[in-house]
Amino acid sequence: MSEGGKLKVAVYKFSSCDGCQLQILNAEDDLLELADLVEISYFMEATRRTKPGPYDLSFVEGSISTPEEEKRINEVRQNCKTLVAIGACATAGGIQALRNWSDVEHFKKVVYPNPEWVAALKTATPISAHVKVDLELMGCPINKDQLLFVIAQLLRGKKPYVPTYSVCLECKARGTPCVVVSKNIPCVGPVTMAGCGALCPSYGRGCYGCFGPMDDPNPKGLIDYFLSQGFDKGDVLRLLRMFTGYSEKFRKAVDEYE
Amino acid sequence: MSKEIKVDYLARVEGEGALDIKLKDGKVETLQLKIFEPPRFFEAFLVGRSYLEVPDITARICGICPVAYQMSSARAIEKMIGLNVPDDVKVLRRLLYLGEWIESHTLHVYILHAPDFMGYESALEMARDHADLVRAALRLKRWGNRIMEILGGRSVHPVSPRVGGFHRCPKKEELEPLLADVSDVKRTAMDAIGWAAHLNFPDLDRKAEYVSLHHDKEYAITEGRIRSTGGINAPEDEFDKLFVESQVPYSTALRSLVGGKRPYVVGPQARVNLNHDELAPEVLDKAKESGISFPLENPYMSIVARVLEVAHSVVEAEAIVRGYRTPSAPYVDGRPKAGEGAAITEAPRGALFHRYTIDNGGMVKKARIVSPTAQNQSSMEADLLELAPSLAKMTTEKATLLCEQTIRNYDPCISCSAHFLKLRVTSE
Repeated sequence: MSEGGKLKVAVYKFSSCDGCQLQILNAEDDLLELADLVEISYFMEATRRTKPGPYDLSFVEGSISTPEEEKRINEVRQNCKTLVAIGACATAGGIQALRNWSDVEHFKKVVYPNPEWVAALKTATPISAHVKVDLELMGCPINKDQLLFVIAQLLRGKKPYVPTYSVCLECKARGTPCVVVSKNIPCVGPVTMAGCGALCPSYGRGCYGCFGPMDDPNPKGLIDYFLSQGFDKGDVLRLLRMFTGYSEKFRKAVDEYE
Repeated sequence: MSKEIKVDYLARVEGEGALDIKLKDGKVETLQLKIFEPPRFFEAFLVGRSYLEVPDITARICGICPVAYQMSSARAIEKMIGLNVPDDVKVLRRLLYLGEWIESHTLHVYILHAPDFMGYESALEMARDHADLVRAALRLKRWGNRIMEILGGRSVHPVSPRVGGFHRCPKKEELEPLLADVSDVKRTAMDAIGWAAHLNFPDLDRKAEYVSLHHDKEYAITEGRIRSTGGINAPEDEFDKLFVESQVPYSTALRSLVGGKRPYVVGPQARVNLNHDELAPEVLDKAKESGISFPLENPYMSIVARVLEVAHSVVEAEAIVRGYRTPSAPYVDGRPKAGEGAAITEAPRGALFHRYTIDNGGMVKKARIVSPTAQNQSSMEADLLELAPSLAKMTTEKATLLCEQTIRNYDPCISCSAHFLKLRVTSE
């Protein structure tokens, strides 16, 4: 706790696009109120003033993809009470985890003229592969309302509630006709964690799984269904091997078909 | 006498960077602007993905300007397979892009950059003394985000844009709530011009070459020809012939230079300098009234360029919303065919170049992306070198702040610059 008895909050970035941190700044209407309720002690994107830890609550964005990050995440863990991994990179490795099925040395050569100077691990992995994570907020990006709700619950000393069910329930709740049934569009909403508000189907497209697997999903069943409907196998598998493709449940299902 | 200015982790920039300058007898001994943003290898893992997935994937390069990545990649692919996006869909893309400009510029102007000019560590601290300014800025930012939310579903990584247009175009009544507070938003944006024009700009005299898209009929954002204050006038496809990325032995940085030789500047200041005639008349009037004259030469005046673009964006966005009719089809479709295509659009931070090669099945064979920050890095370094003699006379604290402010002039989005890792300049 800070001297004023406020929760000391830190925000960290690892391999990522900054989008999840930006969701904190995107809480425009609530940002200044939030800043009054907690002490933002470390948030490099927003302020150059940093206060030393330990912190009560650390938000971690990004996946672990370099040797330096591998070390730094341990320091972050040791310096906080509660660690919340935010976003697809921190919870599933993110889009850069596509390298995990390839040879990173080859990737270096594709992008850099002098690949020998580039320090990168063979894999990009979620925070939980390295340290204990107390809570995971999914999404590419995270939903800012969910983030504010979680902070509010933590401020009250409650265990934050996050959904466990699939995007399908959100589609039904907002009255969006199922895109698989009505438009014959492949959609991975049936195996994807709710939290976005079922955005993609409401825009007439299939869910691409950016919130990662729901609790206890059946991706194999979904893949088999799409294949039985005559969809291209490559298209179906790539839909699950995208922003959260390296999450264990999606990974295992897709790997089986290759 | 020697002095070292060290910033281990640059604050209030998007991504991770550091600065290290060593001065000896008033001269620069070494200057290192280090980018330690981890490489994410987008151009490598895009290979083997479908052309339809490219805008969704490249959006993830940057959470602050995802629309720019979606638009440059979508346009490159549309050119390649010969898709003509109709004007009524194009204008909606422009509206989405204006939303991103408002959101991104407002974030930078007030939250990241203004504290330098006003003497604060952060906007949150600034808010204690200037609550009205910060609240007005957040309302403005909110308005830009709302445009993106309506058109794209969400402001970070919007889901509706696609190759050929949008998955779904909004109905007029979905856009109309934007008009409810537009007069308040417009007043805030116009007032900001007067406010920014009267900030204190540190002296820095460096003649830079400015590069941006130019379009005769509109303030260039989504398409145009490449123009520069050095006389370049070329189609967008020639970008990678004109600007050469090179690597130097003492650095792991890829740096983009005109003809492989001269630094150049992209971004709001470049656009305003090259395209101020296409700014909305009321924005130009307000600029004149505030004593702003073109070109803006001092790099610290990039904040002025940004507020001019925000005001223009609000004016144009309002006009688009008022005249909006839902397009007859949200997107155009076509069969992929083997080929190559390149496109530039103006990301908030400057020209963003994409080039793709796909095969007959529509799978990406090759991808190349040049981000604005990669292009501006040489100019940041040139500004810092120019500044160096005066740094020697300052306290380390002041010198450090000034260096940071100088880098922030470019609103560097280091997350986007997956291309470079470390920059080091040694001067004898």
